[in-house]
Order: sequence, then C-alpha cells, then structure tokens
Amino acid sequence: MAEAVKPRIKLDKKQAKKGDLVEVKALVSHIMESGQRRDSAGNTIPRKILSKFTCTVNGKEVFSADFEPAVSANPYIQFKFRAQESGPVILTWVDDDGSKIVGQDSITVT
Amino acid sequence: MTLLSNRRQAMAIGAGTIVATIIGPSIAFAANDSDDLIKKFTGGKTAAEGRVKLDLPEIAENGNTVPMTVMVESPMTEQSYVAAVLVIADGNPRGGVATFHFSPASGVAEANTRIRLATTQNIIAVAKMNDGSFFTASKQVKVTIGGCGG
Amino acid sequence: MISRRDFVQLAAATAAVLPGGWSRALAQQRLTQAELLRFNAVGNVTLVHVSDIHGQLLPVLFREPSINLGVGDAKGQVPHLTGRALLDLYKIPEGSAAAHALSSENFAALAKSYGRIGGLDRIATIVKAIRAERGDRVVMLDGGDTWQNSYTALHSKGQDMVDCMALLKPDAMTGHWEFTLGEARVKEIVEKLGFPFLAQNIRDTEWNEPAFKPSTIIERGGVKVGIIGQALPYTAIANPRWMIPNWSFGIREDDLRKQVELVRKDGAQLVVLLSHNGFDVDRKLAGRVPGIDVILTAHTHDALPDVVKVGKTLLVASGSHGKFVSRLDLDVRDGEVKNHRFKLIPVFADAIAPDAEMAAKIRAVRAPHEKMLGETVGRTETLLYRRGNFNGTLDDVICDALLAERDAEIALSPGFRWGNSLLPGQDITREDIYNATAITYPASYRMTMTGARLKEVLEDVADNLFNPDPYYQQGGDMVRIGGASYTIDVSKPAGGRISDLTSRTSGKPLEPNKDYVVAGWASVNEGTEGPPIWDVVMNHIQKKRVVAPTEAGHVRVVGT
Repeated sequence: MAEAVKPRIKLDKKQAKKGDLVEVKALVSHIMESGQRRDSAGNTIPRKILSKFTCTVNGKEVFSADFEPAVSANPYIQFKFRAQESGPVILTWVDDDGSKIVGQDSITVT
Repeated sequence: MTLLSNRRQAMAIGAGTIVATIIGPSIAFAANDSDDLIKKFTGGKTAAEGRVKLDLPEIAENGNTVPMTVMVESPMTEQSYVAAVLVIADGNPRGGVATFHFSPASGVAEANTRIRLATTQNIIAVAKMNDGSFFTASKQVKVTIGGCGG
Repeated sequence: MISRRDFVQLAAATAAVLPGGWSRALAQQRLTQAELLRFNAVGNVTLVHVSDIHGQLLPVLFREPSINLGVGDAKGQVPHLTGRALLDLYKIPEGSAAAHALSSENFAALAKSYGRIGGLDRIATIVKAIRAERGDRVVMLDGGDTWQNSYTALHSKGQDMVDCMALLKPDAMTGHWEFTLGEARVKEIVEKLGFPFLAQNIRDTEWNEPAFKPSTIIERGGVKVGIIGQALPYTAIANPRWMIPNWSFGIREDDLRKQVELVRKDGAQLVVLLSHNGFDVDRKLAGRVPGIDVILTAHTHDALPDVVKVGKTLLVASGSHGKFVSRLDLDVRDGEVKNHRFKLIPVFADAIAPDAEMAAKIRAVRAPHEKMLGETVGRTETLLYRRGNFNGTLDDVICDALLAERDAEIALSPGFRWGNSLLPGQDITREDIYNATAITYPASYRMTMTGARLKEVLEDVADNLFNPDPYYQQGGDMVRIGGASYTIDVSKPAGGRISDLTSRTSGKPLEPNKDYVVAGWASVNEGTEGPPIWDVVMNHIQKKRVVAPTEAGHVRVVGT
C-alpha cells in the first residue's frame, strides 16, 4: 500500500524570516519500475512510478515536478521556496496507479 | 578451479553491463525521443544557450542513481520568473527525465534529483521563462566501468 | 669497484643553473644531507608536502615512467615529458642524481650508484630540519594515498602508516586509497587522527550533505592559511564503491568555489588546495576556480623539480613512494603571494640520516612480519617496474602468473601507478610481491569474456586515460594485458582507439563473438571470488625460480 509509505523530509530551517529561502529535501521509498524491463519469463514488467510531485506551503503551491522512468528508485528531491507565511509544508507524490504518498512538515515565518 | 561466468562476475570488469543493470533485459525501443520532447516543450522555438546551469558528475559513480542539479538565473518575481525546466537524457531508451515547475513563490529556480543513465550521454535542460523565451544547457556524463584507477 | 659514495663524489658537474633549489647540490653530485636540504629561505610561510607514499615505510627503488602521454591541452606539457625530454627541459645533466630520481633513463645502472630513495625515517629528518629552521612558519600536509599498499599497511588496516605519519605531525591530509579500508575503518581512524582529514568533495549519498570537514584555517608565521581538502573525485569508480556505499565523490567545482570564498571570508590570507585530483585535473581547475594560491597535487605521481604556474596559482607535484619532500616558501602579504621559492627534495636514503624516533617506530611495526617478508621466492634477471601508461615488466610477471596459475587465455591486471621496481639479478622477496599487490580486494577471478567485450573493456579504460578533457579522466594507467596484444591510437575518440587485438598464443585476431577465459584481479565488484593475487604471483615465481621479462612490447602506441 503506497499510503503506508512514510516519506522522510528535511527543512534546512524551521523558522524563517519573511523572504528567506528555505531548502527542502525529501526521500521516499518506491521501486520506480521503469516499464522497460522484462521478467525471467520474458514478459514486460509494467511501469509503476511516482509520476507527479507537488509541494504546498500553507495551501499554496511553491514547486512541483513530473517524473519519468529515468528518475531513480527511492526518488530524492531537493528544492527551495521563499518563506512568505507560516503553515504546513505538504509534500505529495502521485503514483501511476492513482494512489498518493503524503508527507508533512511546517514552517514558522517571523 | 571453477569457471566463473555468471552475470555478477562479468560485471566486475565489464563496461556495458551497467546498461543491462539499469534497463534490464532490453526491449526493442524506438530511437530516443529527445528531439521531439524538446520541440513539444518549446513549441518549436529556439532555446538560447545560457542562464541554465546543470550540475552533474563528469563520470557517474553509479548509473542507477546519478545526482543532478539544475539551476536557472532569474529574479523570480511576478514580472520575470522561470516557469518550468525540462530535463532530457539523449542516450537513454527514452529521453524524458523530469520536468520541474516553478513560480515566484519558489524564490529560486533550482532542483536536485537522482537519475538513471544507461550509458555515456548528454543531459540537456531547457528552461521556459514566463515571457515565453527558452534557455538551455547540456552536460556530458560518462558512464564507465570501474577499477584500474590508482 | 668504486663504492656508491665514491661514485657520487666522482661524478662531474656539467649543468650550470637549474630550476628550483636543485642546482648546486644535485648538479655537482655532492649528495650530502646538508646539500639536499640547503634552501635560501624566503617569506613567512613554508609549505611541506608529501603524497602518494602508498604504505612505503622504507626507502624504495621506483623507476619513474618512460611513457606518460598527455592528450588535449596537456600534450607535450609537464608532467607528460619523460626521460631525456624532462631532463632537457629542466637542464638536468644525464646520469646525475637528479636525473636518476626524476627519470627512467638508465635506471638500473644509476640505482646501483645512487641507492634507494625515500623512507619515512629520512622524511622525518627532513621535516624536523625544516621545522627547526622555520619554526612556526611551517605547514605540513599529506596529500593522501598513505595508508595502503604494503603488507604491513594491509595487515594493520593502515595503522602502521597512521602511527608513523603521526610523528611527522601533519596539519591536514586528504585521501584516496584510504577509502579502500571501508567506511567504518576510515571513520575510526579519522576520529582519532589528531589533525583534520579534509575533503570538500565528499557528500553522503542519502541527504547530499558534507561527509567530511571541507577545510581548516590555521595560523602560521602570522598568516592565516586556509587549507581545503579534495579527495580523489573518482574514488567510488576507480575502487570498490561497495566498501563506501554512503559516500559520493566528484570534482564538485562549484562547491570548491564556494569553499574558497568561505575561507577567504573567514580571514584566510593564503588559500591552499590539498588535492588528490591528479595533475591535469588540477591544472584545468586552477584556470577555472579563482582565489587558490597553491595547489598541492597528487594521485598521478608526478615529480616536478619546479612549480607550474597557472595564472596566479602555483602547482606543486611531489612525486610518490616517499621519494620526495616538497618545500615551498611563500612570502604572503596583503592577502597575496608576493614571492616564492621551491625545492623538490629527493630523499636519497644513503645521504640523509634516519630520524631515530621514526626509525624505531618503523622497526616496531615491522618486527612481527620482518622474517616472513624477507623470504626469497625467486629472482629476476631483468629490471622489473610497473609505472608507465602501458604494461611494465612487473605487470608482465603478474599477467604471466595469472595465465599460468589460473589456466587462462587472457590476463588483465589493473594499471595502478604504485609498485616498486626491482633490479636485474635481484632476489624477489615476499615483501616485493606485496608491494605490488597489497589491496583489500585482492581476489583473482576467472571468467569468460567475448573478444568484443575485451575490446570494450580496453576502450573504456583507454578513455579514462586519454579523454582530451581531464575532468573525464580517471587517473590510473592503462589496464595491463597478458596473452594478447593490441594497437592503441591515443588521438582517436572514445570507442575508436583500440585495434589489432590479437591472441599471443595463436597469433590470430580475437574473434568478437568467441568466448575467452580471462583471469584478472582487483575487481571493484562485491563478491568476487578467487585466491588473493599475491598467492598467485608467489606460487608462479616459486615454480619458475627465475623471471626475465624483457621490455614489455605487446602494446603498439600510435597517434602520440
């Protein structure tokens, strides 16, 4: 169950001044099956990847990404956002099968 | 004395084995679709060299997970920002790697992920600015056999 | 017969002025400690650099390469000049002590005259003398490749080298072969080292965060010296990555740029890069990363009697195996180097008195193994050496051993740049074999490979050596081959350099689709099986009693 996967998230600061850049790093366990391999019986192993990633801060999207099968297993993502307001930092990965992996942290903006 | 000829041993000094490891027993693919993907992204517009910076190792340590950072110079204001960056690998079975979407709220157009590279090839990044202009950069990454250094 | 010392006294001076501080001492052949150490001091900081000692506690014979080709911008430039060309450039007279230390010319004969070079006890004497003269102006730095590649270093997991080097009181070091001890051992040593192990270019593979201290600032002679470490960028490719799975290397030029700015901001008036990049990488880097005053190069084992200047940056190449100690005096004022003076001090073991404290330490770490290491396994009738871009005679002995002992058609042996030389007529001891083979992944494998695959392997390694862009080179020499010959065109692009791959047994070209039995060692893959290479080589030599490889001739080189 993809829902059971708990992403690991690191923010380089928990408190920021308005306008500061905050760096986010996140790791999530996923096979990222490329759909380009065959099993021992010669059948194509169906593609199963996390194809969409989104980060919102206090409900507003600050960064998103589309992943192709060339993204490594257990995908790593690192990006920044500009601190504007305090609130939850929510990271969402969407699987090819429609299921979601969601992780959460928070930022306090002073 | 046993004759070792299994895959694992063969990898010890084998170059192309990295390809096999990543892509697995290969399926016949159409030619790498990098050019089409870029054309689709730019709508056929020419992307100018500059403003984009790709940071990748010159030689991959592990073709299964190659760290890749892309950065685009931009003030990232409502008036002038990077909207998206397409990343392409021109030597993989398929060219697509990732597309990053930015906005002024991103503060800076910078993203890092880890990617699969089947063989020595060029990584190409194309940045789309909010004014509809495009910029690009590329970097060659060598995927090599190990050993023999020292 | 004249004695070595007599020869040294008798040999006549021919050259007048030489670069660096080499002139009188070495041209006039007065090989005395005082002459070797003589230095007209300048400025307020003295950098002392040793590197690539490769576990060698004792003085060695080490023949510098006769073939060390440069490609791209490095073609025809130092350190890619060898033999006479190198001596001519620096106006070093043929047959002189300097010529012997720096070149392969007439090596066997001159080795008998000038004796062995190196030894940590002699190096200790030199370092102590410089400290006595220069006091608190001295910065002592170790460029790495220190903790491995001898029997005692392997057996003690680097502890012999760590303990002996500690007596030199280094201010910092960086590394490469150190990492073949594995992550846990490296961490264990680094924690107790007493001085920083610097590497700005290593990050953890999980969170992409620095795995080692990147730099340090120390005050010497009233000058704040910023020292930035750079480990071999290709460690996880050239050596087994499975031993250090949590560390990722690379040149990381941008990070280095930031690190230079950071140490400058923190007050460094002099910035030194303690590098294990290899000379050509450092030369390119010096032209691209501003603000580095000195790069202490390593890895490629080049010994240059003068600094190489790239813009304002001074590049130092201190050789290998303990043969040399570099001394660079700097006059640092107003945040820049106003003047400098350099000397590559050759550690002629017969001329420099061993330091008693270090000699005692060396005796102690070697004592439990001395008898075993001294056992003779055979004799060589010809000069044995490894260093050079292609097969050396020592590699031919190893390849012959693999072919015979592992019953193979083709042998592959890594192009390591370390490994001592043996003179014609010399007994081969167990220690000599270990000095050419002592690594933590010694299994000699046996497997089949197609002719096409063998060519692919040769092409791939050739590109690591002859890619015209140094950032894409990996730094070792060409993989050695036994049982086959080939032609290499170093001017061609990747994939097109190797031709005429031919079996030496049948004289026929290797067939692309035919399987050949290949034996080799030093596989970077986990789980490689086979007896350790030193056993294979010792067994072979013990059976043959005498080896006599002639000039390694089965690689034809074109396009130079």
